[in-house]
Amino acid sequence: MTRTLISSTQLKRSRVRYWTLLAVVVTVFTLVFIGPLYWMVTGALKSAQEVAQTPPTLFPRDPDLSNYTAAWEQLNLAKLLFNTFYYAAGAVVFQLIFDTAAAYALSKLRPAFGNVVLGAMLATLMIPAMVLIVPQYQTVISLPVIDVSLLDSPFAIWLPMVANAFNIFLLKRFFDSIPEELMQAAFVDGASPLRTLWSIILPMSRPILGVVSIFAVTAVWKDFLWPLLVMPHPETRTVSVGIYTFAGGIPQNVVIAASVIAALPTVIIFLIFQRNIMSGLTSGSLKG
Amino acid sequence: MVTIAPAAPVQAGAAAPGNTGRQSRIKRNLSGYAFLIGAIACFALFMWYPMIRGFVMSFQRTRRGETTWVGWDNYIRILDDPSFWIAWKNTFYFTGLALVVGFVVPFFVALLLNEFRHAKGYLRVLVYLPVMLPPASALYLFKYYAYDPSEAGLFNAVLKSLNLPTSEWMQSPAMTIPAMVLASTWMNMGGAVLIYLASLQNIPGELYEAAELDGAGLWKRIWHVTIPQTRLILALLAMMQIVATMQLFVEPLILANGAGTQDSATSVAYLIYQHGFFQNDLNGAAALGVIMLGVLAVFSGFYLRLTTRNES
Repeated sequence: MTRTLISSTQLKRSRVRYWTLLAVVVTVFTLVFIGPLYWMVTGALKSAQEVAQTPPTLFPRDPDLSNYTAAWEQLNLAKLLFNTFYYAAGAVVFQLIFDTAAAYALSKLRPAFGNVVLGAMLATLMIPAMVLIVPQYQTVISLPVIDVSLLDSPFAIWLPMVANAFNIFLLKRFFDSIPEELMQAAFVDGASPLRTLWSIILPMSRPILGVVSIFAVTAVWKDFLWPLLVMPHPETRTVSVGIYTFAGGIPQNVVIAASVIAALPTVIIFLIFQRNIMSGLTSGSLKG
Repeated sequence: MVTIAPAAPVQAGAAAPGNTGRQSRIKRNLSGYAFLIGAIACFALFMWYPMIRGFVMSFQRTRRGETTWVGWDNYIRILDDPSFWIAWKNTFYFTGLALVVGFVVPFFVALLLNEFRHAKGYLRVLVYLPVMLPPASALYLFKYYAYDPSEAGLFNAVLKSLNLPTSEWMQSPAMTIPAMVLASTWMNMGGAVLIYLASLQNIPGELYEAAELDGAGLWKRIWHVTIPQTRLILALLAMMQIVATMQLFVEPLILANGAGTQDSATSVAYLIYQHGFFQNDLNGAAALGVIMLGVLAVFSGFYLRLTTRNES
């Protein structure tokens, strides 16, 4: 343990204060971050009358799953969840194929003007998403030259996800750390670039590929405005958009129940992969 | 003299001069761009081309399928609209307040967590948990349960039990923006906390030791060691946060049904959405986008000068 703001010896001297502060912080943080989630899950188990009651009840008087089943049926959540899974899975595949290939080319094959291409990609990180939303939508409703509309097609989500400079940067930096000698050895043995990528680079890059995949899933799951625009048909909606479009016409408790169900997949992913997610997040932003 | 002949065949493909060298270079470029083509196509379609198109569109007008150049007309129309100024006022207020709250709070949370020798993993998971919720889910929780203006709402019940005055939350124009900042900070602060934590762990312990030997107290150590050592990451995150909060959109859309009570929630991003997708005014929306980009560019330029001047 390295030395931090307060030295270990000082902490040992004021042991009572340390443990009190720790207990207070753990309690407050649990209340602040788990409290609302508890309220959400149990609130949806209450009847409409019980929710409107003052003061509010801490435990549901007689817990009832009817809000959850109503949400499942009225919003057609099974279909919405399937759509979102489908878009997320496709986004992972597209990003892994095209972003990995691009990062590999920029890091190892280094074609002429590779740095210009990388620069032009990184420059898009400076453009706020809202600024591009209208022309991007215009592109989707009529692709230039071929004049095809991607509206309600999963490609409207998958292809823009490939244009992710942050992921390419993350992957390229990882590939940069793989020794050049390995590449040379493979080329001398007559391996093609594709073969080198497949049997040397990718097996070594499993951790970073995992991080990129998790990021892709959560990005699709959390996205709101883009799927709202490009998936207008009720049959193609994502779960967040579905809840939003139904929210006006159904009881509040049913909306909350649907929100709980919509949040479950990402929360479960996070609890399983929290170590990878957190290390990916900090390594991506810090050691640039 | 010893000849270097044995080495030659191995290097032939890579380093031999003349014809073969040029050929291998061409081959390398070809395979390089073959690997890049997919990503380049997606960037071109969904990033580079829309950037140019948005700029061009802001000087055009499309009526009944006919597109004409109209100069600054779209900009003039947008600037004449009173909601433009309200939207900027709201957006700046939100960005400023979110910066004060969402920038200072995560820093002190990270400072605190870094001192603990126990339960660190648990606290880190807690702080990051809301980041994983879909924003729509989290915002309905705030809208229906936390910001319920009656005394059955979570926040009002807590305030009442502490004998504090209750609030109308989203229904009171004065509370709209602070309530959105609160929800947004809760949802998003986890990322900043983790990044601060990682940068705090990179501070060499000797610096604190030396400061302590010089008699520096806790606050002095924070001021003279912690902050200078993390200055770069602090500056970077502040910038990233400003860019993110200026695009305020989902919070007003869900919490305030868009504009909010007496236009108290209208944001610039919401105006872009309105013009582009409800008022059939894509050109006006494009002009708004260019204005937003301009404001951010001026802001980042100013900011960059400020931070680099401090450096030297």
